[in-house]
Amino acid sequence: MQSKNTSTAYKKVGYAWLLKMAWRDARKNRSRLFLFVSSIVLGIAALVAVYSFKDNMERDIDDQAKTLTGADLMVESRKPFSANIAQVLSRLGDETATERSFASMINFLKNEQSRLVQVKALEGNFPYYGALETTPLNAAGRFKSVERGALVDRTVMLQYNAKAGDSIKIGSLSFVICGSLDKAPGQSGISSTVAPVVYIPLKYLEQTGLTKIGSRIQYKYYFKYKNSSQLKQDLKKLQPMFDKEGLDIETVASKKERIGKSFQDVSKFLALSGFIALLLGCIGVGSSIQVYIKEKLTTIATLRCLGLRVKEAFLIYLIQITGLGIIGSVIGALTGILIQFFLLVIFKDFIPVELSMQPSWWAIGQGVLLGVFISILFTLPALLAVRNISPLNAIRQSLERIKRSADYLLYATYCLILIFVLGFSRLQMNNWVEAAIFCSSILFACFILYAISKLLMFLVRKLVSRFSSYLYRQGFSNLYRPNNQTLMLTVSIGLSTTLICTLFLIQGILVQRVQLSSSKSQANMILFDIQSGQKDAVSALAKSYRLPVIAQVPVITVRIDKINGRSAIGKGHDNRAFQGELRVTFQDTLTSAEKIVKGTWSGRKEKDGKIFVSLEDGYARRINAKIGDAIIFNVQGLPISTIVGSLREVSWTRMQTNFRVVFPTGVLEDAPQFHVLMTKVPSNTVSAKFQGAVIREFPNVSVIDLGLVIKVVEDLLSKISFVIQFMASFSMATGWVVLISAVLTSKSQRLKEIVLLRTLGASKKQIMIITIVEYTFLGVFAAGTGVLLSLSASWALSAFVFDAAFAVPFIPVLSIFLSVCLIIVLTGVLSSSKTLNTPPIQILNA
Amino acid sequence: MPPIIILQIEHLTKIYLNAGKSLTVLEDVNFAINAGETVAITGPSGSGKTTLLGLCAGLDSASSGSVTLNGIALNFLSEDERAAVRNNHIGFIFQNFQLIPTLTALENVMVPMELRGQKNVTRYAMDLLDKVGLADRSHHYPLQLSGGEQQRVSLARAFSNRPAILFADEPTGNLDAETSEKVEKLMFNLNSDAGTTLVIVTHDTELALRTNRVIKLKGGKVIADQTNAK
Repeated sequence: MQSKNTSTAYKKVGYAWLLKMAWRDARKNRSRLFLFVSSIVLGIAALVAVYSFKDNMERDIDDQAKTLTGADLMVESRKPFSANIAQVLSRLGDETATERSFASMINFLKNEQSRLVQVKALEGNFPYYGALETTPLNAAGRFKSVERGALVDRTVMLQYNAKAGDSIKIGSLSFVICGSLDKAPGQSGISSTVAPVVYIPLKYLEQTGLTKIGSRIQYKYYFKYKNSSQLKQDLKKLQPMFDKEGLDIETVASKKERIGKSFQDVSKFLALSGFIALLLGCIGVGSSIQVYIKEKLTTIATLRCLGLRVKEAFLIYLIQITGLGIIGSVIGALTGILIQFFLLVIFKDFIPVELSMQPSWWAIGQGVLLGVFISILFTLPALLAVRNISPLNAIRQSLERIKRSADYLLYATYCLILIFVLGFSRLQMNNWVEAAIFCSSILFACFILYAISKLLMFLVRKLVSRFSSYLYRQGFSNLYRPNNQTLMLTVSIGLSTTLICTLFLIQGILVQRVQLSSSKSQANMILFDIQSGQKDAVSALAKSYRLPVIAQVPVITVRIDKINGRSAIGKGHDNRAFQGELRVTFQDTLTSAEKIVKGTWSGRKEKDGKIFVSLEDGYARRINAKIGDAIIFNVQGLPISTIVGSLREVSWTRMQTNFRVVFPTGVLEDAPQFHVLMTKVPSNTVSAKFQGAVIREFPNVSVIDLGLVIKVVEDLLSKISFVIQFMASFSMATGWVVLISAVLTSKSQRLKEIVLLRTLGASKKQIMIITIVEYTFLGVFAAGTGVLLSLSASWALSAFVFDAAFAVPFIPVLSIFLSVCLIIVLTGVLSSSKTLNTPPIQILNA
Repeated sequence: MPPIIILQIEHLTKIYLNAGKSLTVLEDVNFAINAGETVAITGPSGSGKTTLLGLCAGLDSASSGSVTLNGIALNFLSEDERAAVRNNHIGFIFQNFQLIPTLTALENVMVPMELRGQKNVTRYAMDLLDKVGLADRSHHYPLQLSGGEQQRVSLARAFSNRPAILFADEPTGNLDAETSEKVEKLMFNLNSDAGTTLVIVTHDTELALRTNRVIKLKGGKVIADQTNAK
């Protein structure tokens, strides 16, 4: 007899062997694990793309923050500064520059063509950071030193074939073009196309004749501070006075914040797509490994028979999952970087900073770590089940798993998953409440899907005997028999459908929001800054060119002083309502783009003197105003008390004048105002002739040829739409992978049964019918529930997050439902077809 | 020298609880097996053979009674300690071969030794495969081997950790007569060479007759324990 080791002490196997064993076990399961890796790749790629893009943009904004404002502080007003304010401002900063800007038509004398531009009359050494980039280089300095010099936007120069040395006329004064303005602080490609800039020295402004009453001039002071703490002190001291005087200020920090906010919707959506892709990835990871471990039952039991400890069995699969998580995350991160470059190319036109094309190592690191973490976390429930596999399973396959009275480790894992989803949601949302709502919704969806799957199994069990056809009975009974995957499939298919459909609906809402209506009867030219005395004459001029006056509306500039007696100064309130000026109008009837959604609209000042204004419902929500609230408007110094009488839904995408606040008639008729006239020009020739006539007769009136603007804006919006759709489709692709992986993994459970049926003489057609019945029923229930959940989620998201109206697009929703069902059935059928074409004995012997 | 008892079973009872009802699968089973003995456990289906094998090999724990293997009382061991006993003292041969499908034949044989932390085991594993006539198939996966070949790899694996006792659960139950004969012969030869105690659970009377002793079970009780005349 050989020497025996009589001790029960276990010699621990080394990690090297566990690693080797994990590799050995994984190498023959590549196709199965490919689905697992795909879920990680897609989820992490979407996330890294969005994070890296955001990270780069934030860093670029940070790096270029000062050149965005060009100064440390900018103070702005729409009216001339009072003597008191001017005196205070004169003491600020170490250097000061002054600018007056306004929209005006310029006339190229060489070819008599006109164009609306943003005229900036400048005095001082602005910009202090960055530069006015010009061609030739010295033009930035020359335009101030030569007699009536000007810098003209490069695009406009190209458009009108103008060269340095040519002359332009602004108001009644002509200027010599010293060079083209290639770039100015804070200016993006898109802003220079929509509102091109022309710089002139401030000293000539008066002589242009454009500063008379009625001109909408913006007054700006730029300050340079050598000492940033001095700036903080000044701001702290003067902020109340600036607020009181209605002055707007901009610092490097506020500019950064403003740029960030302007991309809020898109970045919110991008983050949401990334998050949803990741969540789908998590579902894919969890479900694929659950079935994978089930299939490993005998292997694990045999290893346990041979002396492998529970912990070591667990570690082998943990190592495998970690390795796959690393591979998936790294591939995902690299894919994400490629997508990020693509996002940069798309966005570079309308972000006022130079976007750098470099990978964000932070985002990559974060993505890889997150990928590995979720790989482990979401597979832990399945991995922990390894502990429950008894070695007895090697000799008796039907044996149930070891039952633990209370598996605290499993409960802790579920808690961790919940905490992770909650914490990660918090990063994407504005606050914990939103994150909690999101997580509760996911939990609620899981619960509903769980309940539906139980109901499905109950109904099938009760009703299956009523089918006379064996094939139907077999197909349906697959849904509740042992080893059924009904619960896992219903939850994963249902949840994937919910997320895919929600993403589709939300992207539709966002895309619709940025699309412009281009109805034939809509205006394509706007004339504004028309003074009350010029109103009828401008209208007559339009008619003389046979142009229709589609709309002519008065515009009054106001501010909100108080809401329900509360002013902006009060602490602890949301002061958004009191910031900035509002352009309002008065009218007796609503336009076709407006619809009262709450309250009533009379259109006239009440007999008892009460003034009921109408607020756009989204605006009312943002400033927390409700029907019946008292608002005091400051109409250029005169306080006017009003009551919120109605809320309106406004279609902002219509190319017409829309207002957040509308007054009834009989209130603002005598207030200082200008008018806007909208018309439709039939051709470029008529447009040019009419613009020429307007500029000759009414030099203060500005004309926007919307044809050009619409084209530029539509190009821009189609790019945004494309990004939104691209990211959404990326996340949806993850969803499809999860769906396919869920069906494929569940299908492997059925393969031996199919072979047995084949052995017993079932035809291919019969097996197909059984498979189709099972998966169709499952798909209809799971996808149907998913679609219904998604409609609720989309409604909630559009109402509370994206602030948009929600209408169910029946055909696309039905298409998603049918596609999901089709994919499930097709995947089920295709995965069976290989088995059907293999001799049964090969599989029975396996 | 008196014979050494390698496996001692005393008052062994196993009761399964299912849906509030108890099912006694084994009841007060007693026997002892000496080192080097070959024993067959026979009985009709449902007589408790496989349950008894599971308890003897430390794969399951008894409701009452004791199992002492190679001087170690298995009843008081934790699951990990039982795993150590299996690795150090026991070899297994299964009806369904239970080769790990993702490992090659060679790797399957190496696993028990690797689990013990032994180094340079490839050569010994190859020797074992050579003994079972499969040296040239060492890098094949189980799926690429016939049933008989799989069971021969299983035999090589069972002897790879030089077990004190070998448990075989219907070792030829899935094989045809000719292959069964070859596998049986190989099993007894290897056992004889290694001097291992062999416990076979089987329906096969002929196989049972090749052992020194037959323990018959019925209804969870030992109804006969007889020595085979050679």
